[in-house]
Amino acid sequence: MSNRVINWFRYASPQTFYPLAGRLIPWFWALAAIFGVAGLTIGFLVAPTDAQQGEGYRIIFLHVPASWMSMFIYLVMAFWAAMGLAFNTRLSGMMASALAPTGALFAFLSLWTGALWGKPMWGTWWVWDARLTSELILLFLYIGFIALQAAIDDPRRADKAGAILALVGVVNIPIIYFSVKWWNTLHQGASVSLTKAPSMAALMLWGMLLCALACWMYSIAIALMRVRTIMLERERHTDWVRALLAEKE
Amino acid sequence: MLILIRAVIGRDLRLAMRRQADIVAAMFFFIIVVSLFPLGVGPEPDQLRKLAPGVLWVAALLATMLSLPRLFAEDHRDGTLEQLALAPQPLGLVVLGKVIAHWLVAGLPLVLLAPVLGIQFDLAGDALAVLTLSLLIGTPALSGIGAIGAALTLGVRGGGVLLSLLVLPLYIPVLIFGAGAVDATVSGLGPQAHLSLLGALALGGVFFAPWPTAAALRVALE
Amino acid sequence: MLEASNLECVRGERRLFADVSFRLEGGEMLYLQGMNGSGKTSLLRMLCGLTPAASGEIRWRSQPIGKLGETFRSELCYLGHHNAIKEELTPLENILSSARLAQESLDEEAALDALELVGLHGREDLACRYLSQGQKRRAALARLVHEKRALWILDEPYVALDRAAIQLIAGLVGAHLQRGGLAVLTTHQAVAVPAAAVRELWLGADDATQQRF
Repeated sequence: MSNRVINWFRYASPQTFYPLAGRLIPWFWALAAIFGVAGLTIGFLVAPTDAQQGEGYRIIFLHVPASWMSMFIYLVMAFWAAMGLAFNTRLSGMMASALAPTGALFAFLSLWTGALWGKPMWGTWWVWDARLTSELILLFLYIGFIALQAAIDDPRRADKAGAILALVGVVNIPIIYFSVKWWNTLHQGASVSLTKAPSMAALMLWGMLLCALACWMYSIAIALMRVRTIMLERERHTDWVRALLAEKE
Repeated sequence: MLILIRAVIGRDLRLAMRRQADIVAAMFFFIIVVSLFPLGVGPEPDQLRKLAPGVLWVAALLATMLSLPRLFAEDHRDGTLEQLALAPQPLGLVVLGKVIAHWLVAGLPLVLLAPVLGIQFDLAGDALAVLTLSLLIGTPALSGIGAIGAALTLGVRGGGVLLSLLVLPLYIPVLIFGAGAVDATVSGLGPQAHLSLLGALALGGVFFAPWPTAAALRVALE
Repeated sequence: MLEASNLECVRGERRLFADVSFRLEGGEMLYLQGMNGSGKTSLLRMLCGLTPAASGEIRWRSQPIGKLGETFRSELCYLGHHNAIKEELTPLENILSSARLAQESLDEEAALDALELVGLHGREDLACRYLSQGQKRRAALARLVHEKRALWILDEPYVALDRAAIQLIAGLVGAHLQRGGLAVLTTHQAVAVPAAAVRELWLGADDATQQRF
């Protein structure tokens, strides 16, 4: 047992994680491409046209995975933040900062594609629906996290402050979601109800799952790439980075 | 423990009393923001009645934001914060005292002003009472949650703007339940549910927020 | 009692010092010297537990200070660059409220006494913003008069003080050491502290940090 713990912490050091991440990245890119092509093929070429929504529904192949990822990445970020505070490992903070832009990107994509979907379906770009509003607030939380980290010069301090913020955010997200839902039901008259079609064709579901997997692989690949850059930047004065750079030259 | 919290509150109130201009400025900010809305949307009483709870609550949020940067900045600048962090007691308790003092100085005046401003918006008696009550219950949560943001942005570039970026999204539940309580009264649903949820948020804000705040302060002192 | 082993301090991208070790027993004083920017203040803040060391360990009564937490802090008196004096309050209010916040019992008489000793007699009720730099520093140092905690960590205590005040503070530190207390202080002025076992630690601008006895 203790053996395994030690092994895990071995990879928590940037020096050992850097080459490992480098080896993994191409695989995740390849998987992202395979899943993406498969998912989009099913989504756009194979899956039938929706009886009620016509062709416009096909945006969900991007919209739904993006929403999932935006929420999930925040949780992963908070997890790394907690690890960083608890074990004081350098890698955790770097992972959290590497994930934030991807999470923000997915939150933004989810809002964007939601608006694109809303226009033909509801006749309006934006409704104050509970899910849309929560997604918007999630985007605000991401932006706050990124802005806080950007404003602090000392990376260690930025990591810790960001970690506290991420944890406060993760405690607050359910409260915010619940309050927005409550607010929405009170003001239901103004908005359009967002109930999904009860049964989704199996093929559509497959397409969506494959697209979701593609987004997963993309997120992992891009986060690993970003974390490698952060490592080089922060540790540029350490021996291992110097050795690495000397090797490249 | 109580002695310590009382000592912190006493000290902060005394300091605030010697610097009354700050309190008065925040109060006038609140009054001005609220008074601008009728000028912007027109004086129809029906519309104003509908807008009142939201406008007053949003203005209260902004007025609270205005006083937050000073919550720790002065103590940080003159070295008092170091002393507090080195005192032989949990820093969270000190923060709790400071949050209570902040509410007394920045939150309570808003509550007292609310009925007067509500009359400007032609609110009926019961709505006015619920609005004031909702502010009374909800503003402590604003001080508590705001303290986290104030601690995180302590000594950071562009602290004030960053602070609002961090804190305002976290204020959303308070805004929803606070303004919602008045709406519910007007529409005849009764404000109890909203007010009790608001009370839960305030308790959470005042008693849990000091701990992440203390952690953030220690990070800022490193 | 106070023991530091292999402390390392990294600020931003610069390593200020490494391998700083010392041991201090009751009645001893550590005189921390070095050029500007050599990390004296950083080392003091590390000893207080405000800043974590990049590596190394600090022990108080053979226990790591991080573990001791409040127990350690209840034996620590730190006076930093900043005076921790509120401009709006009078010296008397300042000294009373900081004692209350540190959970020390200090009655008004003792506080007045201390202020008189540091030469602020007649200014007890004047808001500190009207005091000169040196007088503010005196108001801050008035804490030391009745300070009974075992470990004093003083960052440039003599700055802005005149010669008489410096002698006074040196005397207070000397009395503290005679009671069996410990003191760590930085200063650019060589001031003899009466009857003290003094150790010196030089923080070099380069990594060669030497300890002299």
